[in-house]
Amino acid sequence: MTPILQIKNITKRYGGLTAVNDVSFDVKAGEILSVIGPNGAGKSTLFKLISSFVPATSGEVLFNGTRISSLAPHKVARMGVVRTFQETTIFRSMTVRENIIVSHHLRSKASLLGFFLGTKQAKEDEAAFAASADDIVDFLGLQAIRNELASNLPQGHLRALGMAIGLATDPKVILLDEPFAGMNHDETMKMVGLVRRLRDERGVTVLLVEHDMPAVMKISDRIVCINFGQKIAEGTPKEIRENEKVIEAYLGSEDAAIGM
Amino acid sequence: MNAKKLLGFAAFLLVVFVLVPLIINATGRWGFFYTLTSVALLSVAAAGVWLTFYIGRINIGQGAYALIGGYVSAILVTQAGVSFWLTLPIAGLFCAFVSVVIGLPILRLRGVYFAMVTLVLTEVARLTALALPITSGAKGITSIPLPGELSLFGLTIIPAFGSLSNPRFGFYIMASVLMVVTYLVLWRIVNSRLGHLCRSLQQNEELSASIGVNTAYLRILAYAISSFFGGIAGAMFASIAQSIYPSSFVVADSVNFMLYCFLGGLGYVFGPMLGTFLLYFGWDLLSIAKEYQLLIYSGVMIALMLVLPNGVLSLLDKKEGGK
Ligand SMILES: Nc1ncnc2c1ncn2[C@@H]1O[C@H](COP(=O)(O)OP(=O)(O)O)[C@@H](O)[C@H]1O
Ligand SMILES: [Mg+2]
Repeated sequence: MTPILQIKNITKRYGGLTAVNDVSFDVKAGEILSVIGPNGAGKSTLFKLISSFVPATSGEVLFNGTRISSLAPHKVARMGVVRTFQETTIFRSMTVRENIIVSHHLRSKASLLGFFLGTKQAKEDEAAFAASADDIVDFLGLQAIRNELASNLPQGHLRALGMAIGLATDPKVILLDEPFAGMNHDETMKMVGLVRRLRDERGVTVLLVEHDMPAVMKISDRIVCINFGQKIAEGTPKEIRENEKVIEAYLGSEDAAIGM
Repeated sequence: MNAKKLLGFAAFLLVVFVLVPLIINATGRWGFFYTLTSVALLSVAAAGVWLTFYIGRINIGQGAYALIGGYVSAILVTQAGVSFWLTLPIAGLFCAFVSVVIGLPILRLRGVYFAMVTLVLTEVARLTALALPITSGAKGITSIPLPGELSLFGLTIIPAFGSLSNPRFGFYIMASVLMVVTYLVLWRIVNSRLGHLCRSLQQNEELSASIGVNTAYLRILAYAISSFFGGIAGAMFASIAQSIYPSSFVVADSVNFMLYCFLGGLGYVFGPMLGTFLLYFGWDLLSIAKEYQLLIYSGVMIALMLVLPNGVLSLLDKKEGGK
Protein backbone atom coordinates (compact mmCIF):
# COMPACT_ATOMS: atom_id res chain seq x y z
CA MET A 1 0.00 0.00 0.00
CA THR A 2 1.33 3.45 -0.83
CA PRO A 3 1.77 5.58 2.24
CA ILE A 4 -0.88 8.28 2.51
CA LEU A 5 1.85 10.93 2.72
CA GLN A 6 5.37 10.75 1.41
CA ILE A 7 7.73 13.54 2.38
CA LYS A 8 10.69 13.41 0.02
CA ASN A 9 13.92 15.32 0.61
CA ILE A 10 12.04 18.46 1.53
CA THR A 11 14.13 21.56 2.19
CA LYS A 12 13.17 25.10 3.12
CA ARG A 13 15.63 27.95 3.25
CA TYR A 14 14.90 31.42 4.57
CA GLY A 15 17.77 33.45 3.21
CA GLY A 16 20.85 31.92 4.76
CA LEU A 17 18.90 29.93 7.32
CA THR A 18 17.90 26.38 6.48
CA ALA A 19 14.74 25.80 8.52
CA VAL A 20 14.10 22.33 7.13
CA ASN A 21 16.96 20.38 5.62
CA ASP A 22 16.44 17.38 3.33
CA VAL A 23 13.81 15.67 5.46
CA SER A 24 12.17 12.47 4.23
CA PHE A 25 9.66 10.14 5.86
CA ASP A 26 6.41 8.35 5.09
CA VAL A 27 3.10 8.47 6.91
CA LYS A 28 0.88 5.40 6.77
CA ALA A 29 -2.86 5.73 6.48
CA GLY A 30 -4.53 5.59 9.88
CA GLU A 31 -1.47 6.14 12.02
CA ILE A 32 -0.73 8.80 14.57
CA LEU A 33 2.72 10.17 13.89
CA SER A 34 4.37 12.82 16.03
CA VAL A 35 7.13 15.19 15.03
CA ILE A 36 9.29 16.23 17.95
CA GLY A 37 12.36 18.39 18.32
CA PRO A 38 13.71 21.33 20.31
CA ASN A 39 12.35 24.85 19.76
CA GLY A 40 13.28 26.24 16.39
CA ALA A 41 14.02 22.79 15.01
CA GLY A 42 11.74 23.42 12.04
CA LYS A 43 8.63 21.48 13.03
CA SER A 44 6.10 24.18 12.26
CA THR A 45 7.86 24.94 9.00
CA LEU A 46 7.65 21.28 8.09
CA PHE A 47 3.89 21.37 8.64
CA LYS A 48 3.57 24.49 6.54
CA LEU A 49 5.49 22.72 3.79
CA ILE A 50 3.24 19.67 3.93
CA SER A 51 0.07 21.77 3.81
CA SER A 52 1.65 23.91 1.09
CA PHE A 53 1.36 27.16 3.02
CA VAL A 54 4.96 27.92 2.18
CA PRO A 55 6.69 26.77 -0.99
CA ALA A 56 9.53 24.29 -0.59
CA THR A 57 13.00 25.28 -1.72
CA SER A 58 13.44 21.74 -2.97
CA GLY A 59 11.92 18.30 -2.49
CA GLU A 60 8.28 17.34 -2.63
CA VAL A 61 5.29 15.96 -0.76
CA LEU A 62 3.05 13.26 -2.21
CA PHE A 63 -0.47 12.56 -1.03
CA ASN A 64 -1.69 9.10 -2.05
CA GLY A 65 1.04 9.15 -4.66
CA THR A 66 0.06 12.55 -6.11
CA ARG A 67 2.35 15.53 -5.78
CA ILE A 68 0.75 18.22 -3.62
CA SER A 69 3.65 20.59 -3.01
CA SER A 70 3.30 23.72 -5.13
CA LEU A 71 -0.51 23.49 -5.07
CA ALA A 72 -2.36 26.42 -3.45
CA PRO A 73 -3.15 25.70 0.22
CA HIS A 74 -6.91 25.63 -0.36
CA LYS A 75 -6.40 22.97 -3.02
CA VAL A 76 -4.35 20.86 -0.65
CA ALA A 77 -7.10 21.24 1.94
CA ARG A 78 -9.58 20.23 -0.73
CA MET A 79 -7.68 17.00 -1.28
CA GLY A 80 -7.96 16.22 2.41
CA VAL A 81 -4.73 17.44 4.00
CA VAL A 82 -5.73 20.03 6.58
CA ARG A 83 -3.62 21.95 9.04
CA THR A 84 -4.72 23.53 12.29
CA PHE A 85 -2.58 26.16 13.83
CA GLN A 86 -0.01 26.39 16.53
CA GLU A 87 -1.23 29.82 17.52
CA THR A 88 -4.85 29.10 18.40
CA THR A 89 -6.29 30.43 15.21
CA ILE A 90 -10.05 30.64 14.99
CA PHE A 91 -12.67 33.00 13.60
CA ARG A 92 -12.87 35.26 16.62
CA SER A 93 -16.13 37.08 16.03
CA MET A 94 -18.15 34.00 15.23
CA THR A 95 -19.78 31.64 17.68
CA VAL A 96 -18.42 28.15 18.15
CA ARG A 97 -21.18 26.73 16.00
CA GLU A 98 -20.71 29.36 13.28
CA ASN A 99 -16.99 28.60 13.24
CA ILE A 100 -17.70 24.95 12.62
CA ILE A 101 -20.47 25.52 10.08
CA VAL A 102 -18.43 27.89 7.94
CA SER A 103 -15.57 25.41 7.95
CA HIS A 104 -17.75 22.89 6.13
CA HIS A 105 -17.18 24.92 2.99
CA LEU A 106 -15.26 22.14 1.26
CA ARG A 107 -18.25 19.88 1.43
CA SER A 108 -20.59 22.24 -0.40
CA LYS A 109 -22.15 20.90 -3.55
CA ALA A 110 -23.95 24.14 -4.44
CA SER A 111 -22.02 26.96 -6.08
CA LEU A 112 -21.62 30.38 -4.48
CA LEU A 113 -24.26 31.68 -6.87
CA GLY A 114 -26.50 28.81 -5.79
CA PHE A 115 -26.06 29.87 -2.18
CA PHE A 116 -26.81 33.47 -3.12
CA LEU A 117 -30.01 32.44 -4.90
CA GLY A 118 -30.94 29.96 -2.18
CA THR A 119 -31.36 26.96 -4.49
CA LYS A 120 -32.58 23.60 -3.23
CA GLN A 121 -29.06 22.21 -3.26
CA ALA A 122 -27.84 25.17 -1.23
CA LYS A 123 -30.54 24.65 1.37
CA GLU A 124 -29.71 20.96 1.55
CA ASP A 125 -26.03 21.82 1.97
CA GLU A 126 -26.72 24.27 4.79
CA ALA A 127 -28.94 21.76 6.57
CA ALA A 128 -26.27 19.08 6.22
CA PHE A 129 -23.57 21.45 7.52
CA ALA A 130 -25.66 22.37 10.53
CA ALA A 131 -26.33 18.73 11.33
CA SER A 132 -22.69 17.79 10.91
CA ALA A 133 -21.62 20.77 13.02
CA ASP A 134 -23.85 19.54 15.82
CA ASP A 135 -22.27 16.09 15.47
CA ILE A 136 -18.81 17.60 15.83
CA VAL A 137 -19.94 19.67 18.80
CA ASP A 138 -21.12 16.47 20.47
CA PHE A 139 -18.01 14.56 19.47
CA LEU A 140 -15.73 17.12 21.08
CA GLY A 141 -18.01 17.75 24.04
CA LEU A 142 -18.56 21.41 23.23
CA GLN A 143 -22.33 21.43 23.81
CA ALA A 144 -22.19 23.92 26.67
CA ILE A 145 -20.35 26.55 24.63
CA ARG A 146 -21.83 26.04 21.18
CA ASN A 147 -23.30 29.54 21.04
CA GLU A 148 -20.42 31.25 22.80
CA LEU A 149 -18.42 33.82 20.86
CA ALA A 150 -15.04 32.29 20.04
CA SER A 151 -13.17 35.32 21.36
CA ASN A 152 -14.62 34.63 24.82
CA LEU A 153 -13.31 31.08 25.07
CA PRO A 154 -10.54 29.93 27.42
CA GLN A 155 -7.39 28.23 26.05
CA GLY A 156 -8.53 24.64 26.37
CA HIS A 157 -11.74 25.23 24.49
CA LEU A 158 -9.92 27.15 21.78
CA ARG A 159 -7.78 24.10 21.06
CA ALA A 160 -10.86 21.94 20.85
CA LEU A 161 -12.47 24.47 18.55
CA GLY A 162 -9.38 24.48 16.35
CA MET A 163 -9.73 20.76 16.06
CA ALA A 164 -13.46 21.09 15.36
CA ILE A 165 -12.68 23.46 12.51
CA GLY A 166 -10.22 20.96 11.12
CA LEU A 167 -12.74 18.14 11.47
CA ALA A 168 -15.43 20.10 9.68
CA THR A 169 -13.39 19.98 6.50
CA ASP A 170 -13.65 16.18 6.56
CA PRO A 171 -9.91 15.64 6.38
CA LYS A 172 -8.06 12.48 5.44
CA VAL A 173 -4.94 13.77 7.15
CA ILE A 174 -4.98 16.35 9.89
CA LEU A 175 -1.88 18.25 10.98
CA LEU A 176 -2.08 19.41 14.59
CA ASP A 177 0.58 21.88 15.68
CA GLU A 178 1.01 21.68 19.46
CA PRO A 179 -2.56 20.68 20.31
CA PHE A 180 -1.74 20.26 24.02
CA ALA A 181 0.20 23.48 24.55
CA GLY A 182 -0.92 25.45 27.58
CA MET A 183 -3.05 22.61 28.90
CA ASN A 184 -2.89 21.04 32.32
CA HIS A 185 -2.54 17.31 32.82
CA ASP A 186 -6.27 16.54 32.86
CA GLU A 187 -7.02 18.63 29.81
CA THR A 188 -4.13 17.02 27.96
CA MET A 189 -5.34 13.53 28.76
CA LYS A 190 -8.79 14.45 27.54
CA MET A 191 -7.33 15.79 24.33
CA VAL A 192 -5.19 12.69 23.89
CA GLY A 193 -8.38 10.67 24.08
CA LEU A 194 -10.00 12.88 21.46
CA VAL A 195 -7.11 12.56 19.05
CA ARG A 196 -7.27 8.80 19.43
CA ARG A 197 -10.99 8.78 18.73
CA LEU A 198 -10.39 10.99 15.73
CA ARG A 199 -8.32 8.18 14.28
CA ASP A 200 -10.31 5.24 15.62
CA GLU A 201 -13.83 6.47 14.93
CA ARG A 202 -13.32 8.78 11.98
CA GLY A 203 -10.38 7.10 10.33
CA VAL A 204 -8.33 10.30 10.17
CA THR A 205 -4.57 10.05 9.86
CA VAL A 206 -2.99 12.34 12.43
CA LEU A 207 0.31 14.18 12.27
CA LEU A 208 1.16 16.19 15.32
CA VAL A 209 3.87 18.41 16.69
CA GLU A 210 4.05 18.39 20.43
CA HIS A 211 6.38 19.26 23.29
CA ASP A 212 4.58 17.34 25.98
CA MET A 213 6.71 14.18 25.91
CA PRO A 214 4.57 11.93 28.12
CA ALA A 215 1.58 12.74 25.90
CA VAL A 216 3.59 12.14 22.73
CA MET A 217 4.86 8.81 23.98
CA LYS A 218 1.38 7.78 24.94
CA ILE A 219 -0.40 8.74 21.78
CA SER A 220 2.03 8.08 18.92
CA ASP A 221 2.38 5.00 16.77
CA ARG A 222 5.60 6.42 15.45
CA ILE A 223 7.74 9.47 16.08
CA VAL A 224 10.03 11.53 13.87
CA CYS A 225 12.60 13.66 15.65
CA ILE A 226 14.19 16.66 13.98
CA ASN A 227 16.94 18.96 15.15
CA PHE A 228 18.33 22.01 13.34
CA GLY A 229 16.03 21.18 10.44
CA GLN A 230 17.33 17.68 9.94
CA LYS A 231 15.71 14.36 10.72
CA ILE A 232 17.83 12.66 13.35
CA ALA A 233 15.63 9.70 14.23
CA GLU A 234 12.46 7.88 13.31
CA GLY A 235 10.76 4.99 15.07
CA THR A 236 8.36 3.74 17.70
CA PRO A 237 8.13 5.64 20.98
CA LYS A 238 10.30 3.01 22.60
CA GLU A 239 12.99 3.30 19.94
CA ILE A 240 12.95 7.08 20.13
CA ARG A 241 13.25 7.08 23.90
CA GLU A 242 16.40 5.00 23.69
CA ASN A 243 17.93 6.79 20.74
CA GLU A 244 21.28 8.40 21.57
CA LYS A 245 20.91 11.27 19.13
CA VAL A 246 17.50 12.18 20.47
CA ILE A 247 18.66 12.22 24.05
CA GLU A 248 21.63 14.33 23.04
CA ALA A 249 19.49 16.82 21.13
CA TYR A 250 17.24 17.30 24.12
CA LEU A 251 20.05 17.49 26.65
CA GLY A 252 21.85 20.02 24.48
CA SER A 253 18.87 22.32 24.32
CA GLU A 254 17.11 24.38 26.93
CA ASP A 255 14.01 22.20 26.63
CA ALA A 256 13.12 19.93 29.49
CA ALA A 257 14.79 16.52 29.19
CA ILE A 258 12.84 13.87 27.37
CA GLY A 259 11.57 12.61 30.67
CA MET A 260 8.90 10.02 31.34
CA MET B 1 -36.61 37.00 6.46
CA ASN B 2 -38.72 36.84 9.58
CA ALA B 3 -42.00 38.70 10.05
CA LYS B 4 -40.44 41.61 11.92
CA LYS B 5 -37.83 42.23 9.27
CA LEU B 6 -40.39 41.90 6.50
CA LEU B 7 -42.54 44.48 8.21
CA GLY B 8 -39.59 46.82 8.61
CA PHE B 9 -38.75 46.40 4.94
CA ALA B 10 -42.35 47.12 3.90
CA ALA B 11 -42.38 50.23 6.09
CA PHE B 12 -39.12 51.37 4.50
CA LEU B 13 -40.55 50.94 1.00
CA LEU B 14 -43.65 52.85 2.03
CA VAL B 15 -41.59 55.77 3.30
CA VAL B 16 -39.31 55.91 0.27
CA PHE B 17 -41.86 55.45 -2.49
CA VAL B 18 -45.03 56.93 -1.03
CA LEU B 19 -44.52 59.09 2.03
CA VAL B 20 -41.49 61.10 0.90
CA PRO B 21 -42.95 61.91 -2.55
CA LEU B 22 -46.24 62.91 -0.93
CA ILE B 23 -44.53 65.23 1.53
CA ILE B 24 -42.37 66.81 -1.15
CA ASN B 25 -45.39 67.29 -3.39
CA ALA B 26 -47.36 68.85 -0.56
CA THR B 27 -44.59 71.25 0.44
CA GLY B 28 -43.52 71.95 -3.12
CA ARG B 29 -39.84 71.64 -2.30
CA TRP B 30 -38.91 69.89 -5.53
CA GLY B 31 -35.21 70.40 -4.98
CA PHE B 32 -35.42 67.80 -2.30
CA PHE B 33 -35.95 65.08 -4.87
CA TYR B 34 -32.58 65.95 -6.29
CA THR B 35 -30.89 65.83 -2.89
CA LEU B 36 -32.44 62.48 -2.02
CA THR B 37 -31.50 61.10 -5.42
CA SER B 38 -27.88 61.96 -4.67
CA VAL B 39 -28.09 60.31 -1.27
CA ALA B 40 -29.56 57.14 -2.78
CA LEU B 41 -26.85 56.92 -5.43
CA LEU B 42 -24.04 57.70 -3.01
CA SER B 43 -25.34 54.94 -0.78
CA VAL B 44 -25.17 52.51 -3.70
CA ALA B 45 -21.48 53.29 -4.15
CA ALA B 46 -20.98 53.11 -0.38
CA ALA B 47 -22.59 49.66 -0.35
CA GLY B 48 -19.70 48.49 -2.52
CA VAL B 49 -17.13 49.99 -0.19
CA TRP B 50 -18.84 48.28 2.70
CA LEU B 51 -18.50 44.90 0.97
CA THR B 52 -14.75 45.38 0.64
CA PHE B 53 -14.64 46.19 4.34
CA TYR B 54 -16.50 42.95 4.86
CA ILE B 55 -13.55 40.96 3.45
CA GLY B 56 -11.20 42.96 5.65
CA ARG B 57 -9.95 45.57 3.17
CA ILE B 58 -10.13 49.32 3.57
CA ASN B 59 -11.27 50.66 0.21
CA ILE B 60 -10.66 54.35 -0.42
CA GLY B 61 -10.92 54.04 -4.18
CA GLN B 62 -14.60 53.82 -4.97
CA GLY B 63 -14.55 57.28 -6.58
CA ALA B 64 -12.41 55.81 -9.36
CA TYR B 65 -15.08 53.30 -10.28
CA ALA B 66 -17.87 55.84 -10.05
CA LEU B 67 -15.88 58.01 -12.44
CA ILE B 68 -15.18 55.13 -14.83
CA GLY B 69 -18.82 54.05 -14.74
CA GLY B 70 -19.95 57.60 -15.47
CA TYR B 71 -17.64 57.93 -18.46
CA VAL B 72 -18.50 54.52 -19.87
CA SER B 73 -22.20 55.34 -19.84
CA ALA B 74 -21.70 58.89 -21.12
CA ILE B 75 -19.45 57.81 -23.99
CA LEU B 76 -21.74 54.99 -25.05
CA VAL B 77 -24.81 57.22 -24.96
CA THR B 78 -23.31 60.27 -26.68
CA GLN B 79 -20.98 58.63 -29.18
CA ALA B 80 -22.56 55.27 -29.95
CA GLY B 81 -26.19 56.14 -29.32
CA VAL B 82 -26.63 53.20 -26.98
CA SER B 83 -29.71 53.30 -24.73
CA PHE B 84 -28.87 54.53 -21.26
CA TRP B 85 -30.59 51.51 -19.76
CA LEU B 86 -28.18 49.22 -21.52
CA THR B 87 -25.17 51.33 -20.53
CA LEU B 88 -26.07 50.98 -16.86
CA PRO B 89 -25.20 47.27 -16.58
CA ILE B 90 -22.35 47.73 -19.09
CA ALA B 91 -20.82 50.45 -16.91
CA GLY B 92 -21.10 48.16 -13.88
CA LEU B 93 -19.57 45.20 -15.71
CA PHE B 94 -16.80 47.32 -17.18
CA CYS B 95 -15.88 48.53 -13.69
CA ALA B 96 -16.02 44.97 -12.38
CA PHE B 97 -13.64 43.95 -15.16
CA VAL B 98 -11.24 46.80 -14.43
CA SER B 99 -11.35 45.97 -10.75
CA VAL B 100 -10.40 42.36 -11.45
CA VAL B 101 -7.35 43.51 -13.41
CA ILE B 102 -6.38 45.99 -10.71
CA GLY B 103 -7.41 43.71 -7.86
CA LEU B 104 -5.28 40.75 -8.92
CA PRO B 105 -2.06 42.43 -7.82
CA ILE B 106 -3.30 44.82 -5.13
CA LEU B 107 -5.69 42.57 -3.20
CA ARG B 108 -2.67 40.68 -1.92
CA LEU B 109 -1.88 43.76 0.12
CA ARG B 110 -3.49 44.16 3.51
CA GLY B 111 -4.34 46.89 5.95
CA VAL B 112 -2.91 50.29 5.36
CA TYR B 113 -1.01 49.19 2.23
CA PHE B 114 -4.16 48.25 0.37
CA ALA B 115 -5.84 51.42 1.59
CA MET B 116 -2.97 53.57 0.30
CA VAL B 117 -3.05 52.02 -3.15
CA THR B 118 -6.80 52.43 -3.48
CA LEU B 119 -6.46 56.04 -2.39
CA VAL B 120 -4.21 56.62 -5.38
CA LEU B 121 -6.67 54.93 -7.76
CA THR B 122 -9.13 57.81 -7.73
CA GLU B 123 -6.39 60.24 -8.66
CA VAL B 124 -5.17 57.91 -11.40
CA ALA B 125 -8.71 57.71 -12.79
CA ARG B 126 -9.01 61.49 -12.78
CA LEU B 127 -5.68 61.98 -14.55
CA THR B 128 -6.57 59.30 -17.08
CA ALA B 129 -9.86 61.06 -17.82
CA LEU B 130 -7.90 64.28 -18.33
CA ALA B 131 -5.45 62.67 -20.70
CA LEU B 132 -7.52 60.37 -22.89
CA PRO B 133 -8.96 61.74 -26.16
CA ILE B 134 -12.19 59.76 -25.81
CA THR B 135 -13.07 61.45 -22.51
CA SER B 136 -12.32 64.86 -24.04
CA GLY B 137 -10.08 66.01 -21.20
CA ALA B 138 -10.97 68.79 -18.83
CA LYS B 139 -14.00 69.80 -20.92
CA GLY B 140 -15.64 66.53 -19.95
CA ILE B 141 -18.72 65.19 -21.65
CA THR B 142 -21.73 67.47 -21.53
CA SER B 143 -25.29 67.59 -22.85
CA ILE B 144 -25.80 63.90 -22.29
CA PRO B 145 -29.38 63.20 -23.35
CA LEU B 146 -31.83 62.15 -20.66
CA PRO B 147 -32.57 58.41 -20.49
CA GLY B 148 -34.95 57.30 -23.21
CA GLU B 149 -37.77 54.85 -22.98
CA LEU B 150 -37.16 51.35 -21.67
CA SER B 151 -39.46 48.78 -23.19
CA LEU B 152 -39.53 45.02 -23.20
CA PHE B 153 -41.55 43.14 -25.83
CA GLY B 154 -43.23 46.35 -26.84
CA LEU B 155 -44.26 47.04 -23.26
CA THR B 156 -43.13 50.38 -21.86
CA ILE B 157 -41.52 49.74 -18.50
CA ILE B 158 -39.98 53.16 -18.00
CA PRO B 159 -41.12 56.15 -20.07
CA ALA B 160 -38.60 58.47 -21.70
CA PHE B 161 -37.40 60.98 -19.11
CA GLY B 162 -37.70 63.85 -21.56
CA SER B 163 -41.42 63.22 -21.78
CA LEU B 164 -41.93 63.30 -18.02
CA SER B 165 -43.56 66.38 -16.57
CA ASN B 166 -41.22 66.05 -13.61
CA PRO B 167 -37.94 64.31 -14.49
CA ARG B 168 -36.64 64.99 -10.98
CA PHE B 169 -39.31 62.73 -9.55
CA GLY B 170 -38.42 60.13 -12.19
CA PHE B 171 -34.78 60.22 -11.16
CA TYR B 172 -35.70 59.97 -7.52
CA ILE B 173 -37.78 56.84 -8.11
CA MET B 174 -35.11 55.32 -10.32
CA ALA B 175 -32.29 55.97 -7.84
CA SER B 176 -34.41 54.66 -4.99
CA VAL B 177 -35.20 51.47 -6.87
CA LEU B 178 -31.50 51.04 -7.59
CA MET B 179 -30.70 51.60 -3.94
CA VAL B 180 -33.29 49.11 -2.73
CA VAL B 181 -32.15 46.45 -5.19
CA THR B 182 -28.49 47.05 -4.28
CA TYR B 183 -29.14 46.62 -0.59
CA LEU B 184 -31.30 43.56 -1.13
CA VAL B 185 -28.44 42.01 -3.08
CA LEU B 186 -25.99 43.02 -0.36
CA TRP B 187 -28.26 41.65 2.34
CA ARG B 188 -28.59 38.37 0.49
CA ILE B 189 -24.82 38.13 -0.02
CA VAL B 190 -24.15 38.72 3.65
CA ASN B 191 -26.75 36.21 4.77
CA SER B 192 -25.69 33.46 2.40
CA ARG B 193 -22.59 31.33 2.46
CA LEU B 194 -20.85 33.90 0.31
CA GLY B 195 -21.10 36.36 3.19
CA HIS B 196 -20.06 33.81 5.77
CA LEU B 197 -16.93 33.12 3.75
CA CYS B 198 -16.26 36.85 3.44
CA ARG B 199 -16.45 37.07 7.22
CA SER B 200 -14.04 34.17 7.57
CA LEU B 201 -11.69 36.05 5.27
CA GLN B 202 -12.02 39.22 7.31
CA GLN B 203 -11.30 37.44 10.56
CA ASN B 204 -8.48 35.16 9.48
CA GLU B 205 -7.26 34.75 5.92
CA GLU B 206 -4.83 31.95 6.69
CA LEU B 207 -7.39 29.85 8.48
CA SER B 208 -9.85 30.57 5.74
CA ALA B 209 -7.45 29.09 3.20
CA SER B 210 -6.83 26.10 5.40
CA ILE B 211 -10.53 25.25 5.50
CA GLY B 212 -10.39 25.20 1.73
CA VAL B 213 -11.60 28.68 0.80
CA ASN B 214 -10.08 30.00 -2.41
CA THR B 215 -9.23 33.27 -0.72
CA ALA B 216 -7.72 34.98 -3.76
CA TYR B 217 -10.83 34.26 -5.83
CA LEU B 218 -13.20 35.37 -3.08
CA ARG B 219 -11.34 38.65 -2.58
CA ILE B 220 -11.51 39.37 -6.30
CA LEU B 221 -15.19 38.46 -6.42
CA ALA B 222 -16.08 40.77 -3.54
CA TYR B 223 -14.02 43.60 -4.99
CA ALA B 224 -15.62 43.14 -8.42
CA ILE B 225 -19.12 43.29 -6.95
CA SER B 226 -18.06 46.36 -4.98
CA SER B 227 -16.78 48.08 -8.11
CA PHE B 228 -19.90 47.09 -10.03
CA PHE B 229 -21.94 49.06 -7.50
CA GLY B 230 -19.56 52.00 -7.88
CA GLY B 231 -19.89 51.84 -11.65
CA ILE B 232 -23.67 51.87 -11.85
CA ALA B 233 -23.88 54.64 -9.27
CA GLY B 234 -21.46 56.72 -11.35
CA ALA B 235 -23.38 56.00 -14.56
CA MET B 236 -26.62 57.21 -13.03
CA PHE B 237 -24.96 60.30 -11.64
CA ALA B 238 -23.65 61.22 -15.08
CA SER B 239 -27.07 60.70 -16.59
CA ILE B 240 -28.82 62.83 -14.01
CA ALA B 241 -26.28 65.65 -14.17
CA GLN B 242 -26.25 65.15 -17.97
CA SER B 243 -22.51 65.67 -17.77
CA ILE B 244 -19.33 64.15 -16.45
CA TYR B 245 -15.95 65.75 -15.79
CA PRO B 246 -12.61 64.38 -14.53
CA SER B 247 -13.42 66.13 -11.27
CA SER B 248 -16.90 64.63 -10.92
CA PHE B 249 -15.50 62.13 -8.43
CA VAL B 250 -12.35 63.02 -6.55
CA VAL B 251 -10.37 61.63 -3.65
CA ALA B 252 -12.64 63.42 -1.18
CA ASP B 253 -15.60 61.45 -2.54
CA SER B 254 -13.73 58.20 -2.10
CA VAL B 255 -12.94 59.17 1.48
CA ASN B 256 -16.58 60.06 2.06
CA PHE B 257 -17.79 56.67 0.85
CA MET B 258 -15.55 55.11 3.44
CA LEU B 259 -16.75 57.48 6.15
CA TYR B 260 -20.39 56.63 5.35
CA CYS B 261 -19.55 52.99 6.06
CA PHE B 262 -17.69 53.80 9.28
CA LEU B 263 -20.44 56.00 10.55
CA GLY B 264 -23.29 53.63 9.75
CA GLY B 265 -21.45 50.60 11.03
CA LEU B 266 -19.25 48.01 9.36
CA GLY B 267 -21.17 45.15 10.93
CA TYR B 268 -24.55 46.14 9.52
CA VAL B 269 -25.73 45.74 5.96
CA PHE B 270 -27.79 48.91 6.13
CA GLY B 271 -24.99 50.82 7.87
CA PRO B 272 -23.67 52.52 4.74
CA MET B 273 -27.17 53.63 3.71
CA LEU B 274 -27.83 55.24 7.08
CA GLY B 275 -24.31 56.64 7.18
CA THR B 276 -24.73 58.28 3.78
CA PHE B 277 -28.04 59.79 4.80
CA LEU B 278 -26.74 61.17 8.11
CA LEU B 279 -23.47 62.54 6.78
CA TYR B 280 -24.96 64.09 3.68
CA PHE B 281 -27.65 65.92 5.59
CA GLY B 282 -25.40 66.54 8.55
CA TRP B 283 -23.00 68.39 6.28
CA ASP B 284 -25.81 70.41 4.73
CA LEU B 285 -27.26 71.30 8.10
CA LEU B 286 -23.88 72.47 9.29
CA SER B 287 -23.69 75.01 6.47
CA ILE B 288 -25.36 77.44 8.92
CA ALA B 289 -22.09 77.34 10.86
CA LYS B 290 -20.39 79.02 7.87
CA GLU B 291 -16.61 78.94 8.17
CA TYR B 292 -16.79 76.56 11.12
CA GLN B 293 -18.65 73.94 9.07
CA LEU B 294 -15.67 71.69 8.43
CA LEU B 295 -14.35 72.08 11.95
CA ILE B 296 -17.62 71.07 13.60
CA TYR B 297 -18.17 68.30 11.07
CA SER B 298 -14.74 66.79 11.72
CA GLY B 299 -15.16 67.17 15.45
CA VAL B 300 -18.47 65.37 15.43
CA MET B 301 -17.05 62.60 13.25
CA ILE B 302 -14.14 62.02 15.62
CA ALA B 303 -16.44 62.08 18.63
CA LEU B 304 -18.83 59.61 17.02
CA MET B 305 -16.02 57.21 16.17
CA LEU B 306 -14.80 57.35 19.74
CA VAL B 307 -18.21 56.93 21.34
CA LEU B 308 -19.68 54.53 18.78
CA PRO B 309 -16.71 52.71 17.22
CA ASN B 310 -19.05 50.16 15.67
CA GLY B 311 -21.22 52.73 14.00
CA VAL B 312 -24.54 54.36 14.69
CA LEU B 313 -26.46 51.12 14.18
CA SER B 314 -24.65 49.56 17.14
CA LEU B 315 -27.03 51.62 19.29
CA LEU B 316 -29.72 49.11 18.39
CA ASP B 317 -27.53 46.27 19.57
CA LYS B 318 -27.03 47.71 23.01
CA LYS B 319 -30.73 48.09 23.51
CA GLU B 320 -31.62 44.61 22.30
CA GLY B 321 -28.47 42.85 23.49
CA GLY B 322 -27.59 40.95 20.31
CA LYS B 323 -27.98 41.41 16.61
N1 LIG C 1 8.90 33.10 7.80
C1 LIG C 1 10.14 32.89 8.28
N2 LIG C 1 11.17 33.66 7.89
C2 LIG C 1 12.41 33.46 8.36
N3 LIG C 1 12.73 32.48 9.21
C3 LIG C 1 11.76 31.66 9.65
C4 LIG C 1 10.41 31.82 9.21
N4 LIG C 1 9.65 30.86 9.79
C5 LIG C 1 10.49 30.15 10.56
N5 LIG C 1 11.76 30.61 10.49
C6 LIG C 1 12.92 30.06 11.17
O1 LIG C 1 12.98 28.69 10.88
C7 LIG C 1 13.40 27.97 12.02
C8 LIG C 1 12.38 26.90 12.35
O2 LIG C 1 11.20 27.49 12.85
P1 LIG C 1 9.91 26.65 13.23
O3 LIG C 1 9.59 25.74 12.11
O4 LIG C 1 8.85 27.58 13.68
O5 LIG C 1 10.43 25.80 14.46
P2 LIG C 1 9.62 24.95 15.54
O6 LIG C 1 8.18 24.93 15.16
O7 LIG C 1 10.26 23.62 15.47
O8 LIG C 1 9.85 25.59 16.86
C9 LIG C 1 13.58 28.98 13.16
O9 LIG C 1 14.94 29.30 13.23
C10 LIG C 1 12.78 30.16 12.69
O10 LIG C 1 13.32 31.36 13.18
MG1 LIG D 1 6.49 25.61 16.15
